[in-house]
Amino acid sequence: MGAIGGPLLELSGVRAAYDGITVLHGVDLTVDAGQVVALLGPNGAGKTTTLNVAAGVHPPSAGRLNLGGRDVSGARAGDLARSGVCLIPEGRGVFPNLSVRDNLWMMTFTGRTREEIEDAAYARFPVLGDRRTQAAGTLSGGEQQMLALARGLTTDPAVLLLDELSMGLAPLVVADLYERVADIAREGVAVLIVEQFAAAVLKIADHAAVLARGRIPWQGPPDRSLHAELSSYYLGSAP
Amino acid sequence: MDQFLAFTVVGLSTAAIYAVIGSGLVLTHTTAGVFNFAHGAAGMLAAFSYWQLAVGWEWPVPLALATVLLVLAPAFGLFVERVLMRPVQALGEAERLVMTVALLTGCIALARWVWDPNTARPLAPFFADRSAIRLGPASMTWHQAVTMAVAVAVAAALWFLLHRTRAGTEMRASVDDRALAGLTGADPLRAGRLAWTLGIQLAAVGGILIAPTVALDAQQLSLLIVSAYTAAVFGRLRSLPLTFLGAVVVGLLEAYLAGYLPRNDFLPGLRLAAPALLLLLALLAFPHRRLRGRDRRLVRVPLPTARGSLVFAGSVVLLAVVLVTVLTEDAIISYGAVFSLGVIALSFVPLAGFTGQISLCQLSIAGIGAVVWGHLGAHGELWALPVAVLIAAGVGALVALPALRLSGVYLALGTAAFAVILDRWVFTLPAFDVFGVRVTLFDQGSVPVTGPDLFGWHLTSPTQLLLLAAVLLALASLAVAALRRGRIGRRLIALRDSEAAFATLGGRLLGAKVAVFALSAGLAGLGGALYGMQLQTVTAEQFNLVAGLPIFLIAVIGGLGAVGTGLFAGLAFVVPTQLFAELGSWAHDLSTLLIALAGMGLAHSPAGVAPRMHAEWAKLARDRTLFRALLGVLALCWLLAATNAVNGGLALVAALVAALSLNARASARRQPAPDIPVEWWGLRRPWKPEDGEVLSRATAAS
Amino acid sequence: MPLLRAEEVSVSFGGRRALDTVTVAAEAGRVTGLIGPNGAGKSTLFDVISGLRRPLTGRVLLDGHDITRESPARRARRGLFRTFQHLELFGRLTVRDNLLVAAELGPGRLQAARTADRVLDRLGLTDQADAPADALPTGVARLVEVARALVLEPKVLLLDEPAAGQDTEETGRFADLLRSLAAEGTAVLLVEHDMSLVMTVCDEVHVLDLGTVVASGPPARIRHDKTVLAAYLGEE
Repeated sequence: MGAIGGPLLELSGVRAAYDGITVLHGVDLTVDAGQVVALLGPNGAGKTTTLNVAAGVHPPSAGRLNLGGRDVSGARAGDLARSGVCLIPEGRGVFPNLSVRDNLWMMTFTGRTREEIEDAAYARFPVLGDRRTQAAGTLSGGEQQMLALARGLTTDPAVLLLDELSMGLAPLVVADLYERVADIAREGVAVLIVEQFAAAVLKIADHAAVLARGRIPWQGPPDRSLHAELSSYYLGSAP
Repeated sequence: MDQFLAFTVVGLSTAAIYAVIGSGLVLTHTTAGVFNFAHGAAGMLAAFSYWQLAVGWEWPVPLALATVLLVLAPAFGLFVERVLMRPVQALGEAERLVMTVALLTGCIALARWVWDPNTARPLAPFFADRSAIRLGPASMTWHQAVTMAVAVAVAAALWFLLHRTRAGTEMRASVDDRALAGLTGADPLRAGRLAWTLGIQLAAVGGILIAPTVALDAQQLSLLIVSAYTAAVFGRLRSLPLTFLGAVVVGLLEAYLAGYLPRNDFLPGLRLAAPALLLLLALLAFPHRRLRGRDRRLVRVPLPTARGSLVFAGSVVLLAVVLVTVLTEDAIISYGAVFSLGVIALSFVPLAGFTGQISLCQLSIAGIGAVVWGHLGAHGELWALPVAVLIAAGVGALVALPALRLSGVYLALGTAAFAVILDRWVFTLPAFDVFGVRVTLFDQGSVPVTGPDLFGWHLTSPTQLLLLAAVLLALASLAVAALRRGRIGRRLIALRDSEAAFATLGGRLLGAKVAVFALSAGLAGLGGALYGMQLQTVTAEQFNLVAGLPIFLIAVIGGLGAVGTGLFAGLAFVVPTQLFAELGSWAHDLSTLLIALAGMGLAHSPAGVAPRMHAEWAKLARDRTLFRALLGVLALCWLLAATNAVNGGLALVAALVAALSLNARASARRQPAPDIPVEWWGLRRPWKPEDGEVLSRATAAS
Repeated sequence: MPLLRAEEVSVSFGGRRALDTVTVAAEAGRVTGLIGPNGAGKSTLFDVISGLRRPLTGRVLLDGHDITRESPARRARRGLFRTFQHLELFGRLTVRDNLLVAAELGPGRLQAARTADRVLDRLGLTDQADAPADALPTGVARLVEVARALVLEPKVLLLDEPAAGQDTEETGRFADLLRSLAAEGTAVLLVEHDMSLVMTVCDEVHVLDLGTVVASGPPARIRHDKTVLAAYLGEE
């Protein structure tokens, strides 16, 4: 795991563009080891782009990306993945026609054996063990997300980047999933969560940031004052 | 009952072969995203190679089998994956399809070239010396037993591979979500290689098993696979168990049809065409999901100018005049096909070039045009020509109806099935009556065709017919150019780019699709009639599916969107065949092979050769002084050749050298490169008419 | 009586309710907003209204006629047009030809070229008229889709995220365009994530969440509606 004490993941002054149109206008964000940071904001604000920059999937046009105090701006996704950055993209990162076992089997490229991976996954998410021969596409939405998490954790990440984990899930399921994420953070993983639906993630977040039109106009502890901020950014009464 | 059992045994053993071949097809389709039209041709090549080793060179059977199945077939699969498919993977579905059609054409031509089709090559069934196994009243040969055992073994082995090995699981993962598979360490290239290797191996197994029961004939074997395609379509090109089920249905149906269909003049063809008919029905019955996404890079459809089209049409006629004054009588007969086949090739332009609908039955429709003209215009009645065109157009409209449900690979497959139904059944029918109208097709033989009677002037000599074909090609090219420039052309391209937008803007999909199919079929019918006039007698074989594939390929090489493709295709099809003709009887196979190879080079010039040539020569045409000089030199060369002052070949070389050097001169006068980056053209400065040309040249060069 | 009314529309995808008895209306001369978090069913509703998807139950009324079973083309001839969230431009054609195709499908076929040029000018696209449509940046491409619908002088215009990819200044100009369209009597139904645009140009806003309408009303009220905020924040 990364250096304890300092920020593990640090974005400073990050700008990013698609098709020559700037989507991020200078984003500053830090995540410490063991910390859960929620990045909230309306659709089209640039949340997913921020995650993609942090994972090396989308190159920033300016600004710096630090990982454990090391400047990794411009590193490619594969290199960052090997340095312990794990992105679980929006939509479920599972193969729907493969069984749970086979989905986990695909992770043996990490060097672990099939048995190790399965044991770890079923220990953390027992329900996956009960459904090991079932095709992933027939699992419930929440179980699919658990499988995606289990697959991601196989890489032993220091930084976990989660995009819209709650998409299309019932509130209770979301709450349960975020409890698991909190457990993962307690093991020392730095977690950055992008969410449009703020309520559930704020229950476990140590820190929250609002992203609007490619900038972070507000960040701080997730308390009541955040609510007012969010409503203004979501519903357009902000300056 | 005994008979029924016997037919069932035969049906199941062919079903076993279809299942093996069909599962290979499904494997390459799902894993590599390519529907391989040449899958059967690969099996055919395997059968020929096996014959060469086991019979030709008298190797022991196990050694010959091992060499074909474990060395040649995997090598061929890897070659196809690496050399042919990977370069077009990033292009559209249509390009991948063309690549496999080129491969099919190439394989057939190669086999006919290497193994003379006029020699019989009997291949003994496996364990032919053992007596048949008795099954109550019926019996089963050892070959049939082996075939069924192989199918069962293949099913088991595939299941084990896909579900019990890491590599097979990786293949299934790539099918599910290619991007995710790549992210989690799977190597999509490795999965693709494995799929191609296995797929071709399965085709080879099927080819070797089926060859002893039919004649070892390149074309027949390659198309026998239609039944395997039907089985794969039953599995919606995805599911292996359903493919096996489909194979059983097709195999039994064929066996029962062979056994129980009454014997008369009309039905034997139906038996042969049954797999194709079933394929067409299966395609229409099952809903089909389009293959992955849209084309990633759009190939533009060139926009001809009015002046440019006129110049082009004029050149077509001029070329014809030059040919008839320079060539000998015999050569005029051969070169006449430049213009008639040109019209047939031009029929691909509105359909495939503008609308993006790939039809593989254009030559069959041309055959209908030829035969209708042959019968109705038996004495050169001019009114019969428009009637032939209209009847061909009507058939085209009929083909359009399935096209409403099918697109891409499925439409190509459907039109190929339609062509096979025409070849094997409809064209073989004797004369029959429909609602009191006597319909005669090829009359189970050949049909004489004469030239038209043009206002009391009967055109019969090769010269007259060549000029007629040239004038009609020029007019047809002008018409297609006008179509592209006008409302209908825009509409067809719009329809191709977004059916949803077209429909929500008030466009009628049905009308537009039927119209474009009818239009291009009419053109094909006209070309067929002209071609028939030059051939003087036509037979069904001249218009079958396999004969039509090279024309389709040349049209693709020329550029499906370009009006110049008609002339280009005619020249590219006829000239090499004539040049090789002096070399020997296999000239036709060699030139077909060359066409197939050129088709495989498609990845390097997806927009086609014609637009590229247009871009390279347009400057010369715009430079008045140099253009006049060119015309002068060409006229001089022609005069010298026509008066036999110099040898025709010498005059041609001189004309080419002059044209090339003048063109080099014109290019040298080029303006300096623009300093605004390409991406910003049309944004930071207005879009200029020549920009498209510059861009297409740049992308063609890169 | 609103010009367009979708009544109690329900749609299912493989057992999941994408729309559940949704009723929305758009009046002539007004801009009606349709907002909601991702996956709320906004684009599905557009597909139902424009005829690309048959609803399970419910009906669509245009100017008093029940058009639920009519083809998209028939609806277009009644004056109903739309744009797409995932661009559906005719990529191989130039921008002007994109507009021409539309103009030539309409009644004013003879003046098609003039109509196309007028609309290009109105939307400030004249410089891009001869550029191929697939070479445009997303923001401009979205504008071209709007232009293509405008040449047919829609009575009802459905816009699916037309301002995505535009900068603040372009969005401002686009807001002016929407107001002037409404002033000419068009009924505009706008799906948009840019809330400042929605809140400034819309006369009425429907909020969709998980396939149901959770609130309807003028923007000022929607902005302070507790249910709406809950929909966005994900609270029960």
